[in-house]
Amino acid sequence: MKRESLSEKHLSAEQRSEIDHWLAKFPGEGKRSAVIPALHIAQEGNGGWLSRELMEAVAEYLELPPVAVYEVGTFYSMFDLKPTGRHKVNICTNISCLLRGAERIVEHVENKLGISVGETTADGRITLKGEEECLAACAAAPMMLVDEEYHVDLTPEKVDEILDKLE
Amino acid sequence: MNARVDRSEPEMVTLEVDGVELQAPKGSMLIQATDPAGIDIPRFCYHRKLSIAANCRMCLVEVERAPKPLPACATPVAEGMKVWTRSKGAVAAQRGVMEFLLINHPLDCPICDQGGECELQDLSMGFGRSLSRFSERKRVVKDEDLGPLVATEMTRCIHCTRCVRFLDEIAGQYELGGMYRGEHMEISTFSGRGVRSELSGNIIDLCPVGALTSKPFRFRARAWEMLSHPGIAPHDAIGSNLYIHQVQGTVKRVVPRDNEKINESWIADRDRFSYEGVYSPDRLQRPLLRRGDTWEEVKWQDALQATVMGLQRTVGEYGTEQLGAWVSPSATLEEMYLLGRLLRGLGCHNIDHRLRQADFRDDTVAPAFPYLGLPLVDVERLDAALVIGSYTRWDLPLFNHRLRKAALAGGKVMFLNPRAFDWNFPLADEYVVSVRDFAVELALIVAALAEYKAVARPERLDTWLARRAPTAVHRRIAERLAQGERSGVFVGALVEAHPAGAELRALAALLAELSGSGYGVLSQGANSAGAWQVGAIPQRQPGHAGKSGLNLRQMIEEPRRGLILFNVEPEFDCWDSAAAQQAVAAAEFVLVFSPYVTEAMRAYADVILPMATFTETAGTFVNAEGLWQSFSGLTKPPGEARPAWRILRVLGNQLGLEGFEYNAPNEIYSEIRELIDHGTPPALPKWQPAGLEPVKLDGLLRVGTTGIYALDPLVRRAAALQRTVQADDALAYLAPQTAARLGIEGGAQVRVCQRSQAVQLRAHLDPDLPADTVWISAGLSATAALGPMIGQLTVECL
Repeated sequence: MKRESLSEKHLSAEQRSEIDHWLAKFPGEGKRSAVIPALHIAQEGNGGWLSRELMEAVAEYLELPPVAVYEVGTFYSMFDLKPTGRHKVNICTNISCLLRGAERIVEHVENKLGISVGETTADGRITLKGEEECLAACAAAPMMLVDEEYHVDLTPEKVDEILDKLE
Repeated sequence: MNARVDRSEPEMVTLEVDGVELQAPKGSMLIQATDPAGIDIPRFCYHRKLSIAANCRMCLVEVERAPKPLPACATPVAEGMKVWTRSKGAVAAQRGVMEFLLINHPLDCPICDQGGECELQDLSMGFGRSLSRFSERKRVVKDEDLGPLVATEMTRCIHCTRCVRFLDEIAGQYELGGMYRGEHMEISTFSGRGVRSELSGNIIDLCPVGALTSKPFRFRARAWEMLSHPGIAPHDAIGSNLYIHQVQGTVKRVVPRDNEKINESWIADRDRFSYEGVYSPDRLQRPLLRRGDTWEEVKWQDALQATVMGLQRTVGEYGTEQLGAWVSPSATLEEMYLLGRLLRGLGCHNIDHRLRQADFRDDTVAPAFPYLGLPLVDVERLDAALVIGSYTRWDLPLFNHRLRKAALAGGKVMFLNPRAFDWNFPLADEYVVSVRDFAVELALIVAALAEYKAVARPERLDTWLARRAPTAVHRRIAERLAQGERSGVFVGALVEAHPAGAELRALAALLAELSGSGYGVLSQGANSAGAWQVGAIPQRQPGHAGKSGLNLRQMIEEPRRGLILFNVEPEFDCWDSAAAQQAVAAAEFVLVFSPYVTEAMRAYADVILPMATFTETAGTFVNAEGLWQSFSGLTKPPGEARPAWRILRVLGNQLGLEGFEYNAPNEIYSEIRELIDHGTPPALPKWQPAGLEPVKLDGLLRVGTTGIYALDPLVRRAAALQRTVQADDALAYLAPQTAARLGIEGGAQVRVCQRSQAVQLRAHLDPDLPADTVWISAGLSATAALGPMIGQLTVECL
């Protein structure tokens, strides 16, 4: 009998080969370097969030202590540790965006969706992610990141248009 | 094993710190130069035994030509460097850092256990502002339950990460991490599984604030009320150096005492938290005497009189040969010596401390004492090591720590075990075979070594080879041992408990001799090495061999009429606990020396004499490398309990024996010291296979060592340790194929039977076990009724 393998249970063969692809880019002992891409792969395959078991599966696959993976998973705001909506909206509230009215945008989105920062709409369509820091688009502040797309020079009207298009 | 002199002088640089000229090895950090020079630089995250994190920034200093203050812990020394640690700029930087550290730190020092010995408190006296300029909200961090040993108050944490680095780098078990980031950062396990390392208590000492404190010690005393005394750990053959902290005669806690040669800055949890056993509710306060079926508390005078009568009656009616003494391997040298003299004074040599040994056939050829084969510090420099039959993490945690250092430095650490264990370092080989095949496997490694060295096979080796030829694994192990400039072969607890132990010891010593390795014995208890030297064995008296008596196994197989149990609980401490209990029950007169009284004792004993334990008596332990370490008694035993050396002295006098007029334990010590040549480590035992016939083991085998927290009466009563995951081990581990054959499912209740004794345990499937092995730990209440630690058993589904 084999011991139950977490990585086989939680990661598909394609996901594992995708992680292997990243592993090949780093020197032999640098398995730790592949944690971030591996977590992205795991998160994507899990509807946008990482469960503890999933992080443990990544740890097992990369032969790392689970704590080393939790540390990374909890550090970066692009990893979600709770189930999310189908779309993730990140509104930058760092200094440049703040000076250009990011707070007003946040308030507008909260009212529009009927949720607070950090929450998900009841229909599971949108998660308004908590406190987002600078995403390096200061020249066109305020800005937001929707899934993997940047939107800049935001106004309430422009935000409405963008959010309404999300399925 | 020859020490290689390769320590060339490191290149030194000269620098100036606060106007003082210093020399430091090139490449070392500033703080490593200033610390030995007595220049005090404030710090939180730096610790000389841990990697450099440079994250607290408290050690900022001014360096000539550097535009900004630099952290002394992470700034390498350079030739001609000029540094100021107390200049206006340096102090301003340090004050700034302190102000930031205190922003989120609660002002709860009056209810904090760390108060009075807190690095943050101390430094804030020197560098903190008397008023905070911070009027915003402070953060609060939810506490996590790390288990029964370490208490948390994580709001106090300043994120120095010493605990994280200790568990990763020293304990080899990365259990705590820095989760989240920025203001949300928390030191946590995230998984909620707690901290389970056997060295976890050290993070309490390392924590510079009151975030991690000792759970059993919580709110028990203030740092400034306690008096600190040096002590020696009473559980294993390492002999870790301790400080014992007491208030008005009550031990409050135990912490490590730095000794680079033995325990460095660490101690195992077993040594740190076992003091709780001193205050177990079953401590015996007054001598107890059996009157028919009832027990009476009596005066010492009456108890001793009854003891003398009981011993003399046994001798008078049945002869001196019908006496016997079983001694704890953690008794002090002085206690063992006096008990040995007392018994031999009565003309009896039946005394033994080898409670968990199965095979005594090599008694006459055994070395002077079970020696580690090399000093403990040299273990971490081994190029190759083979450990036979031990889960060193549990058996000798700090020996395991040294092995781990050897492995991390590139040494090939190999194990021959009947089970794959949960290791905290990478092994070069973990060769899992049934204990049934231990001798054959060792003989195969010896044969491979003989081939490698192109020498003739040693005499009679074929007897053990069972017509098998060495395979790749045997050759690999043999070659690594032979090639290592410094190598060692160690025999552990399972060799001691092995019915063919004498063969295994002989083969291991042969392997060591042929490969030029050291031969080490990982002995039981705190004082096995002492026991051998002062005559707590039947065949030797202090300093010389003598007329031999019965060993422990013989005393069990041919029960004596009169028995002395010296801090031994037969149901937990013996190789064959079922037979040991029968032998004790069969004795007509049983004298018990014990700090505790149990229902079992009330059933078999006739006199129970309350003795002092651990911190209450003076004495000496000899550790595995042969180091004699004495300690004094710090606290008074409860009620009328007395140090055992005093009881033995009076008993000796009352029995009319000569030379029992000691006034203090150091008089006993000096007497022993004169009798024993303690300077020379014992020589390697010679290969003498004549007459050593292989012992065969048949059927399904029970195999088990004593659990880490089940080792002796004291630790079994340490409440917090008993709540750890390690203590919860009353399971029958068996291989899935064995379970399938017997129709047993994992998690099912099974009836386990050795001879006619059965117990009920939960089955746990373990794919890393040989098919003929059922692993059941010894020393637990649930397994006390079973027979030999290695012996036949049957398992059936309930």
